[in-house]
Amino acid sequence: MKRLFPILGVLTAILLCYGLYQALVVAPTEQTMGDVQRIFYYHVPSAWTAFILFFINFVASILYLVKRRSAQDMVALTTAEVGVVFLTVNLVTGPIWARPVWGIWWTWDWRLTSTLVMWLIYVSYLFLRRFSSGGQTPTLAAALAVLGALCVPFVYFSIWFFRTQHPQPVIGGGGSIDPRMWRALLVNWLAFSCFAFMVCWSRYRLEKLQREVDEAHAMQSLLAPRGGVR
Amino acid sequence: MNGNGYLFAAYAITWVIHITYMGTILSRYARLKREIEQLKK
Repeated sequence: MKRLFPILGVLTAILLCYGLYQALVVAPTEQTMGDVQRIFYYHVPSAWTAFILFFINFVASILYLVKRRSAQDMVALTTAEVGVVFLTVNLVTGPIWARPVWGIWWTWDWRLTSTLVMWLIYVSYLFLRRFSSGGQTPTLAAALAVLGALCVPFVYFSIWFFRTQHPQPVIGGGGSIDPRMWRALLVNWLAFSCFAFMVCWSRYRLEKLQREVDEAHAMQSLLAPRGGVR
Repeated sequence: MNGNGYLFAAYAITWVIHITYMGTILSRYARLKREIEQLKK
């Protein structure tokens, strides 16, 4: 496994560079928006990657609630944290695209607001994990994750069900897209997914190590002679 | 700022966010390694 990590890292870096090349060079310039439309090749794959990570978080949380295994809890924590990072990218790149295209940075429409609410739910999940030290924390976090996961389909389908300023979905939205744009989008999504996997792997190892160190500290304090007690 | 400026800003901020996050993972990992060394003593 230790050898696989650098190999995958190099492959991911190559894929990310290829994705950048596809987005900036190969994909044609959109007629009305111009080059600013190319933000789409980072904005959309970031959202899709976050959705996948939140889905894994949902499955791991359900499994943890049923089986109570530490590994499932660690997967849930890892995917939530990395998912929040990708959703943050999505929430930051969206307004940067909106400013020149819509003339405003932000509007409280269904898609934008529901995405922000979902982000806040997962940030709350991370705060709960970080600042609560009770034994029930993983269970409470898993329950919150299940609720958070309900937001994912709502966010995705919000632009189908409600009138919104946000562009229609790429998949199933009824519009057409140039095949070179499709390729740039899919290559970047693949690259971001590989990158997310690498980051999740690193974060999982870190969490595992953290728990081992915490256990070692607990053992040390149990074995240490107690001062003042005779 | 023209279209290219917004495009550059979006791509740059994306990587600033990712690199900052990876930096926090690495710093936490280094801190844990130091803790492990102290535990071994």
